[in-house]
Amino acid sequence: MIFGLTFPETAVIGLLFAAIQFGAMIYLASLGEMIAERAGVLNLGVEGMMAMGAVGGFVFAIETGSPWLGLLAAAVIGAAVAMVHGLFAVALGANQVVSGLALTIFGVGLANFWGTDYEGVRPEVQFADVDWGPLSDISWIGRILFQQSPLAYSAVLLGFVTWFVLNRTRGGLALRAAGESAATADAAGHSVLGLRLFAVAIGGAFAGIGGAYLSLSISPGWTVGVVAGRGWIAVALVIFGAWKVRRVALGAFLFGLAMALPNRTESFDLPWDPILWSMLPYILTIAVMIAGALVLRNRPPAAPAALGLPFRREER
Amino acid sequence: MKSTKSTKALLRLLALLMAFVIIAAACGDDDGDDGSGDDGGSAVSDDAGDEMADDGDMADDGDMADDGDDMADGDDMADDGDDMADDGDDMADDFSAAFLYISPIGEAGWTWAHDQGRLYAEEATGIPTFFVDSVNDGSPADIEAAIRTLVADGHDVIIGTSFGYMDTMEAMAAEFPDVVFEHVSGYKANDTNFGNTFGKIYQPRYLTGMIAGAATETNQIGYVAAFPIPEVARGINAFTLGAQRVNPDVEVVVQWTSTWFDPAIEGDAADALLEGGADVIAMHQDTTSAGLAAEAAGARWVSYNSDMSEFAPDAYLASAIWNWGPRYAKIISSAADGSYVPGFYWGGYEDGIVDIGSIAADVDADVVAQVEDIRQQMIDGAFAVFSGPLFAQDGTQLLAEGEVMDPGMLLGEAFFVQGVVGDIG
Repeated sequence: MIFGLTFPETAVIGLLFAAIQFGAMIYLASLGEMIAERAGVLNLGVEGMMAMGAVGGFVFAIETGSPWLGLLAAAVIGAAVAMVHGLFAVALGANQVVSGLALTIFGVGLANFWGTDYEGVRPEVQFADVDWGPLSDISWIGRILFQQSPLAYSAVLLGFVTWFVLNRTRGGLALRAAGESAATADAAGHSVLGLRLFAVAIGGAFAGIGGAYLSLSISPGWTVGVVAGRGWIAVALVIFGAWKVRRVALGAFLFGLAMALPNRTESFDLPWDPILWSMLPYILTIAVMIAGALVLRNRPPAAPAALGLPFRREER
Repeated sequence: MKSTKSTKALLRLLALLMAFVIIAAACGDDDGDDGSGDDGGSAVSDDAGDEMADDGDMADDGDMADDGDDMADGDDMADDGDDMADDGDDMADDFSAAFLYISPIGEAGWTWAHDQGRLYAEEATGIPTFFVDSVNDGSPADIEAAIRTLVADGHDVIIGTSFGYMDTMEAMAAEFPDVVFEHVSGYKANDTNFGNTFGKIYQPRYLTGMIAGAATETNQIGYVAAFPIPEVARGINAFTLGAQRVNPDVEVVVQWTSTWFDPAIEGDAADALLEGGADVIAMHQDTTSAGLAAEAAGARWVSYNSDMSEFAPDAYLASAIWNWGPRYAKIISSAADGSYVPGFYWGGYEDGIVDIGSIAADVDADVVAQVEDIRQQMIDGAFAVFSGPLFAQDGTQLLAEGEVMDPGMLLGEAFFVQGVVGDIG
């Protein structure tokens, strides 16, 4: 007992397991958004891309009988839908906020339409949790870390790959240059258009995978509203994480905790009003934003300098 | 320079919007087609896409051709809005009813159960019925827009099946006195054209509680609860009393989710209850995810709204289900012949509006016989779920031996009975 609260072992383990599961799902979408933003493209269509990934992943998994083919389809579909944003916001230089919002509305609507025949269908195909043998049997961390869905491990792997490519490769440097100073990247002989389209496509693929995490692992099956605003949390997390892989990961875990804890008020014997509890993620967002603003107020802005600015060569 | 730039941007924006409108219009058409095929001739007006197609000049030809089938069925919605005002007047020969649903119909659950009721009513009365699905009950603007469209399309009865539609329906009923409005699950009505319908689902919940109470080995049943309102609390209490009838040592542990329809959260809450030692899960939300969680954990499950045995065949024990058909048929036929009287309808087993779904094959025959016995008493009106001696969660006596809970207390039930573990907020 600490401060009159009880911490039953099974509940703590369950909480951390669920926090990693939810966190990894949001992390995937957030990583994708971060890549696009590092290249200078704000894409507010994450919610729509996740919805498309969720329905596409489920449909392909059911039709092919393989969750991995479903996952692949979700990534491809996510990237393809992201290209709508790529076409308007990057290639044609339209307003990124408007195009991204349109992509959310379009993606969610199209996903709902596509999913009509799959609404509430029994999820016969889904990802089984990974069994790491002896590792999975270790008390506490065995359950928390080594019995997760394959998608949780994919999220960790993609996080490392993203960090490495962005910070340790020439391609990553070029991509970041496109987001900091597109004219400089252009002068250095890189195709800003190509880099940005690539970043948006990868962002879409990651969001699609995040959506498939929901429909193939966390709550298997398709139903309208399964993404339930988590795409927006992913967008907020990028700012929250100051466009850095590590901080986005930490933020995603915190949001995972905030998502999982209200479902366990009874296990922890927490006395508060359940509705107040579901406000937790939003209170957390505001609190961290304020804290971040106070701590960082004297430092240079963390956002990519060319974020949201369309690049037109002739107007350099 | 600046003005040309913004003009350019505007043009691009316009192009973007046009592109989406074309796509949306195309989708709307297909959707309507699909629906009418599936539902044996009744048209589906579930998408803003339909309206867009009507407004967009480029989609007109294709649209008309598609809507041809619907018109043959006497669907005035296909008239493309040119003569909307006329549609309302000639009701004598095309009386029709429309339903507002909160979610897609899917294959099970709350909305599915209402749609079964709609199909039954259409069959029983011969009066065509229509529906609009996924109408967000938290958005009065969406509700009002949906209702205005239905009224303009000439529907004579509008039935709304989500709690949040109540206030908007009340206002619309005042504005359109010639249309009958029936709201499900609320607490408002007027004297002329706005009535209220609900059912005593706590009766079959009591029966499912008996089955769950007999099935649990840990004597701990987890209840994934939606919002702390009387309807949910009543269900939890009735379920608990039923479980206690066959198993005095049983505990029902309640975890709130503050959701009606969020599979990820509801599945996680079920996981938390299972981790806490529950081996049977009951729930109040509209998704099957609590059942899938129970199935994955090798536990058992009691479903709600409709018989969901096929979704988690190993976990499934029993279900408390709705049977809206006869009630809807009565509302629609009485509105058609002018004998409709609004009021507060709260039917139970005696009316057949609620029942228990299939019972798993491995449930003890003796328990099934007991359930069948109580069920018959409920049908005969001879069994009161909430009767004395009844104790509140903290042990205070609510009803003395032989007392039956009065309707006011029953309707406002915002407490837990003894044996429920959890906070009601």
